[in-house]
Amino acid sequence: MIACGPGNGAARFTMEAAGPTGRRAQESMAGSAPARSEEKRVSAWEQVTQSASLMCKSTVDETVYSGCFAGKGDLTYLQWLLHSWGWTLVVALVALVIALALGLVIGVLRTLPNRAAVLFGEAWTEFFRNIPILIQLLIWYHIVPEVVPPLKSVSPVVLACIGLGLFTSARIGQQVKAGISTIPKGQRYAGLAMGMTLTQTYRYVLLPVALRVVLPTLTSESMNIIKNSSVAYAIGVTEMIYFATQAGEETSFHSTMYLGVTILYFISAFAINRAAAVVEKRTRLHGALGSK
Amino acid sequence: MKKSLLVATLLAAAVAAQAQTTDTLKKIKDTGTVVMGVRGSSGALSYTLGEGKYVGYHVELCQRAIEDIGKQLGKKIEIKYQEVTSANRIPLVQNGTVDIECGSTTNNDARAKDVAFAHTAYVEEVRILTKVGNGVKGIADLNGKTVATTTGTTSVQLLRKHERATGVDFKEVFGKDHADSFLLLESGRADAFVMDGQIVAGLASKAKNPADFHIVGEVLSVEPIAIMVRKDDPAFLAAVNKTIDGLEKSGEISKIYDKWFMKPIPPTNTTVNLPASEATKAAWKNPNNMTTEQLAASTKK
Repeated sequence: MIACGPGNGAARFTMEAAGPTGRRAQESMAGSAPARSEEKRVSAWEQVTQSASLMCKSTVDETVYSGCFAGKGDLTYLQWLLHSWGWTLVVALVALVIALALGLVIGVLRTLPNRAAVLFGEAWTEFFRNIPILIQLLIWYHIVPEVVPPLKSVSPVVLACIGLGLFTSARIGQQVKAGISTIPKGQRYAGLAMGMTLTQTYRYVLLPVALRVVLPTLTSESMNIIKNSSVAYAIGVTEMIYFATQAGEETSFHSTMYLGVTILYFISAFAINRAAAVVEKRTRLHGALGSK
Repeated sequence: MKKSLLVATLLAAAVAAQAQTTDTLKKIKDTGTVVMGVRGSSGALSYTLGEGKYVGYHVELCQRAIEDIGKQLGKKIEIKYQEVTSANRIPLVQNGTVDIECGSTTNNDARAKDVAFAHTAYVEEVRILTKVGNGVKGIADLNGKTVATTTGTTSVQLLRKHERATGVDFKEVFGKDHADSFLLLESGRADAFVMDGQIVAGLASKAKNPADFHIVGEVLSVEPIAIMVRKDDPAFLAAVNKTIDGLEKSGEISKIYDKWFMKPIPPTNTTVNLPASEATKAAWKNPNNMTTEQLAASTKK
């Protein structure tokens, strides 16, 4: 009977460890089931309040702030988590801008009627997409500055943006190329035959359709970049994985920290997904590929 | 009537199961094996030689404790090694996957609520490693300089506290592991590397030019590192402590210490060259399992 008493954590643990059959058998027994579930609810609630006070704790001493936000000169774990979220978003969004701009250029280069341009585009794509992103970042951080010493004083955030941006540009370039390739060759020839220059043909005929075609894959690439930004931790960017590792070690509550980080990653990626859905809807062409 | 009988049986079974999981000595006796949690690379305290072989100062102490327990039980005990990380070591000890963790776990108040620590055989001092001739002689010289440290260690928090308390303003850079942090110092990206003494000493000893590096300045923090076992199993804890106390009383512990920290060790046969600190010697003289906080309070008095 002692095993059922409140506060006997070890006993509760063993009963749970007894396995699903034991638990089911026990829950079918009248009387014992409600007591157990109530007890479980209390412990879950305790865990929630414990996590809350943990997040509102100062990162320097044992002070717990009631509003979860410390004043000047101090920081709670929640504030720190939000800071690290900020760094994740900065790295991801700056890298995304680099990746979209370069990816567009690379994708176009690979479809030009110019052998050198095509070769350059292909070499770029294969180089940046065949090396793991983690290794690329470590090269940017540890090896490139040895060759170019001024880079030693550049912040790891900048290097992470460049590394992640170039890596993703190869993938986006590939998608843009695929988009352009889906357009029948006749359209390109029609544009040129009407007296448009090659630039005008791309600007007014090919790209408007191609980019609409690849918009869904660009969306998932933009969501990927949020998740891939987690590797920036390896070169010392104080983003969310850095936070989870460090705060987990300091508080011994690794899972709580990872839970917070997981939620914020989900929110960030999902926000991009929703924003892209709006863009897709706004830019939809009647009668064109993929429209309703 | 029948139902309540079944409930009573289940409860009895649960109590029995509980007794079984916390009585590690009985488990060792019944199975003839013990699961030892070890680290892949925690300096000379606990590291791997590859192919499932684990060695180190704490690993040797644990092996001796298990040997003594074997003698006491009159049975040869097989040790199964399970590599753990700083993130999973406590859950694995709590849930019974690992019986005894012999790595580099700091004994502190927060952890002492979840697990039990054996008597301290090694006290870590957080030190500053820097390059010879760059003018850094102590923490005060770090004002305006760049300091490297490793993500996921207590040193990050220590530096933050120090910065907040003294107003010394330095830039921090973070390595994802100790080797990366050391690389930051070696390549000149950082002016100092703040970390556990045995880790920086070990990394410097394995550098291309060990003479370029030296440990300087004050001890920034003192942390007892201890062998970890499950909470609420006093018999097993006492058995482990008995071996450690014996080694500490007979003075044999200093020979084991020198074997790992003062003499060449495998696999590269380099020497860590870190003499036992005063705090470590004090722990040997007076066996105890004080937490970091308790130790800090006792030295302040």
